[in-house]
Amino acid sequence: MTLQETRLLTKRMNDRPADSFTMEGALATGAYDMLRKALQMKSADVQEEVKTSGLRGRGGGGFPTGTKWSFLPAGLYPRYLVVNADEGEPSTFKDRELMERDPHQLIEGIAISAYAIESNLAFIYLRGEMAHANEILTQALADARAKGFLGQNILGSGYDLDIVLHRGAGAYICGEETALLESLEGRRGMPRIRPPFPAVAGLYAKPTVVNNVETMATVPHIVSMGGAEYAKIGVNRSTGTRMFSLSGHVNRPGNYEVELGATFRELIDDLGGGVTNGGTVKFFIPGGASSQWLVNEHLDVPLDMDEVGKLGVMLGSGAVMVFDQDTDPLAVAWRLVKFFAHESCGKCTPCREGTGWEEKILYRILHGQGRPSDLDLLLDIGDNISPGLNAPFSQTTICPLGPSSVSPIVSLNKYFRDDVIARCTPRLVTMLTGNGLAGNGLDGGLHR
Amino acid sequence: MFSSDNLQRAREIISRYPSSRSALLPLLHLAQDQDGWVNDEAMTEIAGLLELTRSDVYGTCSFYTMFKLEPVGKYVVSVCTNVTCLVTGGPAILHHLEKAYADDADVFVEEVECLAACGGAPALQVNYEYHERLTPQSAEQIVDAYRSGQRTARRLSGGPR
Amino acid sequence: MSAVNPQPPPELVELTIDGHLVMVPKGANLIDVAQRHGHYIPRFCWHERMKPVGMCRMCLIEIEGVRGLPPACTTTVTPGMVVHTQESSPNARKAQEGVLEFLLINHPLDCPVCDRGGECPLQDHTIAHGPAESRFVEEKRHFAKPIPISHVVDLDRERCILCARCTRFADEIAGDPLISFVERGGHSQVLNYPDDPFSSYFSGNTVQICPVGALTARPYRFRARPWDLEKAETSCVTCAVQCRGEVHSTTNQIVRLLGVDSDAVNHGWLCDKGRFGYEWVESPARVTAPMVRKTADDGTSELVEVSWPEALDAAAQGLQEVARLHQASSIGVLGGARGTNEDAYVWARFAKGVLGTDNVDCQLGDGLPAEVVLGLPRATIADCDRARSVVLLAPDLKEELPVLFLRLKRAAQDLGVKLVEIGATDTGLTSLAAATVRHLPGSAADVVGRLVAAIGGTASGDGRIDAAAALLGDGSDVVVVLGRPNLAEPADATVAAAAALATLPGVRFLSALRRSNVHGALDMGLAPGLLPGRVSLDDGRDAFTEAWGSVPEGRGRDGAGMLRAAADGQLHGLVLLGSDPMADFPDRALAERALASIGFTVVVDGFLSESAKRADVVLPPAVWGEKSGSATNIEGRVQRLTRRVTAAGRTMDDWRIAVELAARFDVDFDLETIDEVQSEIARLAPAYRGVDSHVINGARDGVVVPLAPVTVAIGRRRAAATADTDAEGAEAAGTEGAGAGASGVEAERADTADAAEAGAEMPAAGPALLVWDRSAPAVAPVTRDSYAVRLVVARKLYDAGRVVAQGPSIVDLAPGPLLELNPSDLEHLGVIDGGTVRASSSRGSGVFTTRSTRGVPAGTARLAHNQPGDDSDLVDIAEAVTDLRLETVGASATVGLSKGGAR
Repeated sequence: MTLQETRLLTKRMNDRPADSFTMEGALATGAYDMLRKALQMKSADVQEEVKTSGLRGRGGGGFPTGTKWSFLPAGLYPRYLVVNADEGEPSTFKDRELMERDPHQLIEGIAISAYAIESNLAFIYLRGEMAHANEILTQALADARAKGFLGQNILGSGYDLDIVLHRGAGAYICGEETALLESLEGRRGMPRIRPPFPAVAGLYAKPTVVNNVETMATVPHIVSMGGAEYAKIGVNRSTGTRMFSLSGHVNRPGNYEVELGATFRELIDDLGGGVTNGGTVKFFIPGGASSQWLVNEHLDVPLDMDEVGKLGVMLGSGAVMVFDQDTDPLAVAWRLVKFFAHESCGKCTPCREGTGWEEKILYRILHGQGRPSDLDLLLDIGDNISPGLNAPFSQTTICPLGPSSVSPIVSLNKYFRDDVIARCTPRLVTMLTGNGLAGNGLDGGLHR
Repeated sequence: MFSSDNLQRAREIISRYPSSRSALLPLLHLAQDQDGWVNDEAMTEIAGLLELTRSDVYGTCSFYTMFKLEPVGKYVVSVCTNVTCLVTGGPAILHHLEKAYADDADVFVEEVECLAACGGAPALQVNYEYHERLTPQSAEQIVDAYRSGQRTARRLSGGPR
Repeated sequence: MSAVNPQPPPELVELTIDGHLVMVPKGANLIDVAQRHGHYIPRFCWHERMKPVGMCRMCLIEIEGVRGLPPACTTTVTPGMVVHTQESSPNARKAQEGVLEFLLINHPLDCPVCDRGGECPLQDHTIAHGPAESRFVEEKRHFAKPIPISHVVDLDRERCILCARCTRFADEIAGDPLISFVERGGHSQVLNYPDDPFSSYFSGNTVQICPVGALTARPYRFRARPWDLEKAETSCVTCAVQCRGEVHSTTNQIVRLLGVDSDAVNHGWLCDKGRFGYEWVESPARVTAPMVRKTADDGTSELVEVSWPEALDAAAQGLQEVARLHQASSIGVLGGARGTNEDAYVWARFAKGVLGTDNVDCQLGDGLPAEVVLGLPRATIADCDRARSVVLLAPDLKEELPVLFLRLKRAAQDLGVKLVEIGATDTGLTSLAAATVRHLPGSAADVVGRLVAAIGGTASGDGRIDAAAALLGDGSDVVVVLGRPNLAEPADATVAAAAALATLPGVRFLSALRRSNVHGALDMGLAPGLLPGRVSLDDGRDAFTEAWGSVPEGRGRDGAGMLRAAADGQLHGLVLLGSDPMADFPDRALAERALASIGFTVVVDGFLSESAKRADVVLPPAVWGEKSGSATNIEGRVQRLTRRVTAAGRTMDDWRIAVELAARFDVDFDLETIDEVQSEIARLAPAYRGVDSHVINGARDGVVVPLAPVTVAIGRRRAAATADTDAEGAEAAGTEGAGAGASGVEAERADTADAAEAGAEMPAAGPALLVWDRSAPAVAPVTRDSYAVRLVVARKLYDAGRVVAQGPSIVDLAPGPLLELNPSDLEHLGVIDGGTVRASSSRGSGVFTTRSTRGVPAGTARLAHNQPGDDSDLVDIAEAVTDLRLETVGASATVGLSKGGAR
């Protein structure tokens, strides 16, 4: 049996591809009915349904959403709901599609969630580069206000909510929830020390919940089905459907919504149409750039957060990157580490200095200037950022960005150690500058 | 300096937030949309509006890669070379465009990180408008379409056309 | 005794650090308590006076039961916590070594030419724990080598380890976020905004707290290697806060002053004027030899260097001649607030006991009457941290007492203390004030009267006054910071306001007089009607007659009175003790006439000031850094001053000059050493009873006088209760009401214990301490006509005074003559910001550069006092207020105003 998509979140956009993003298209397909339903419930009951559903955060951490909400200290107001729409994990593009093609599903989910946690002001922190999503959401929010789905006394319930759409400006780190809050407060997006946790002292030092776009977009469906019914979808503690962003060497890259529990092979072959040009999978990255890698032999592992966790990798943001037999894993590793070095906020030492150092060494090896000892040096540098080199990460840093940069290195070592060492020559390394190695198509040299 | 329309918008933006400093990024976007970059006058004016020091504004602004602290011309062409684009031809597009527009003051070609368009890799943005499934040649045609007016670009910070 | 928010003893919790059981206060910070118990955890970003940020990751440790390696600096201790530092945890040690390696990969190894080399935490940690060789073969990060970020601070971004101590200090502590992190990740750097320098009054602190050589102070750069420095702890005497510091010298030259963390006073901070102000000591303009005026054949006269005996003889003879021709009371002694307590005491003894004049004043009409300063219940600086509210009836503390400003800023910002500001213009604390009552200059008494009535239950009807009253509750637990806010009006309105506030039960006062040792000088009796130890002439007459032989008959003139008398031909001899009426007296014309009329003038001063140039005899004293002694700060804290370099040229301690002069009047003071002077003060001056050299040299943070009445057994000694005087003047310790000087018993208990250990003995009661009877002049509001603006004259930190004028590093920071006006008034005048106006008062006029300042209300103007280039003459001290008419002058040119620290 070939894997089929299970369309909850992607139903509207598939049913009405032409106008799913408009109020008309949305209302014609039941938008805001679940908001109406939720507003007739007690907010605590809505919260309970979400808890029962087993919904886990879709941003990467996989923390149970209902539990997160329950950390808000009782009786403390105002409290804020902040939606993390700063989708920046390499090869992840599901939230963007959810926002561009079905903004009302997101707004409805936010409204229900804000009601559930008794917040009257929510923020969408949208990745700055997503200008189109910004336009769509701006219009959708205006339409929702005009229709009384937002604003004062929503649908006659006495409940007030406004949603402020806030654009970021180009900083991957703002996807980390405390950095996001710093950025939303108008500061450099540098992660905060925890405790205090955002639930206790988040935005403006007030109790705050930060949830991912897909998580929010799922909430109307939980209200619709009931938490218990929703929990029947999926497998084990990985309930429901998830959006997977499939990319790389596959014939049909794109977002696929599947019931958790299917395998990587099914996702790649049945939905993605297999590897391009009839090739084979050399390695794949199962959960975004921060995850460690898997190789061909892992293709039958199920899409289950806990099962993949046992392999020391994660489903993370739901991005599955596929690389064929001709891919140079060293080049991929270098490029990913370069990404982390570029996106390091610079607040704490191991990440600020370590990621740049890792990148320089990988660059050297990639360009034939490696020493046989370099891979072990990389591992030791990695160990000083993420002691033990395990997943889930332990870290000498404040946030997981630095440890994420170690994943490609650990993966290189695990699966391609001999290849990498073979490419290192035991000769003296000369002091290198970028200029000496230009022109091979790999060293764009990011501006700034 | 903000135009009077934009100044009014700026004040409206500030009023959305419980704390005025939150308006910093939106106002920097507004200034960049207006002027094509974040210049000294803009930072000074924003500092005044938000009761911050210019050092605060500069420190925050320079953290974010979208904000250009020097003039960059009319079109920012952002070419992704992160891994999916890396293995599907992004670097070749980048180098092609860099060469093609090396002497064109209106076109600023930059390498960027993942644009969340991996389903259509290799991808780029022109003033934050997505273009996907490109070759070096099709990428150049798209940029030229903006140059010749066949396509209308967003404003420099991705604001409305 | 009014409550002083006595602090209960902290609850203790038990934890284990590297196998050692320790008891520490609940809620304490782990890195801090570990250090106090001998377990030093390396760190770079953590600083004990700033909030922890956990950025550098150097202090990673292991805690049993806690996942990963948390930073010690952001860990709060909990009961039963088992901590393993790098000493007992291989994981923590490996992580720390990793962090150190990361910090070093991009750090230039230019230690041999780095100012920090030899006293650098990064260097020290590297020697202790660092890798022997670098595994980093790549190119290091490069930045342009040191760039100036302010007038006095250079930044080397290659050396910077991005701990954010400097940026956090600028933002959190100083409130001047003028330096920030810019860019991101490996490109992160600290920078100021281009062309917008880090012109904080406190910028030098960032140099001191920088854990590497990234920030260096230009005055010190390349002047010395740390291991060559000779060091001595002392107090800064640039202002009356008297921050603790450590003065460093090499080859007998002072090269820097560092802040020392005194919990009671400065928390380790210094202002830049204090930090870099030492340069004047080395000024080539110093007078280092005695001079006597000699008349040439052609009738012209000039000051000529002579020997000490010749100069002292000339001074003594001149004064004797005045006394013979007129009378003792036609001699005045003006100044003495810049020396030590010992200087002040011996000069008071010489003036009052030998010359026999009570025309003695250490203030130049720019302060407050001595009775008000000494005779009100006193508060300590630390009391402000614990008060319910602090009332500010004072000049801008940021300009005049900068480190007190930092303390009050912290109290308001972090400790929840409500500031109630009463004043004519905004100050550095206005934005932090919980309530601000603005009034027209000269009207303080009026608004304070209504405020006190409102506290008593009679609403004023003025929302701001009633809001302020609400913050003051019943007036208990309130500290009033009292100074002289405006030099363009007499002190009368302020005095009347203080009298009204003094009626509040339990209120205490913290003096905000500025001049370095004015409180010591007042305590030593350098004021009319006073004798040493805070006693009145009448109350102390018997005791001091017995000790000194004689004291003046009646109360003499104060500073303004002396100058007025001189101008009127009633004062014929004048001794200026380091004072310069031509610069400091608010009424310049009166000072000019006075000095022109005086028959004989002796100046004891290190510089030929405008006043000194007219002297008949100039006697050069040794100055700060060159002499030892003690000084008393705004809260009455007596701290030790230490000599670090030899006195310049042929200079002599002030007190010794007085001893020598007395000898020429056939009086032998029998004082040979500082210790002897201190013993005499401790014996005779009631408020200083027991405060002898043992106490002064032995107490870590000095002692607040009078020593608190506690009876603690201290070995074989038992400190007896000192006389305590309540607000009504009744004697007896423990009487209801605030005891003068007995404030903060709890707070000062440690001091007293210190003092006791150091040998304090408090003999039986002598004369009663002064209590102000709250008699204040009636102040009638003066109406302002709508065409005039009313003037406030206030000081800026940087002015034409000698510390700035003789300090090459800071001389350019004085903003110059600036008339600050409200934007609306400037608009009315049709003058642009930075344009020039002519300002005319009933006395005179001047042309000024304007500055548009929202913090100056419409109808009010603010002029910076004693600025270089200002020779205007606007203030007549006979007038209750100074009103100005403004007119435009020609074409208004824009003048650069960005210079200087004020923002």
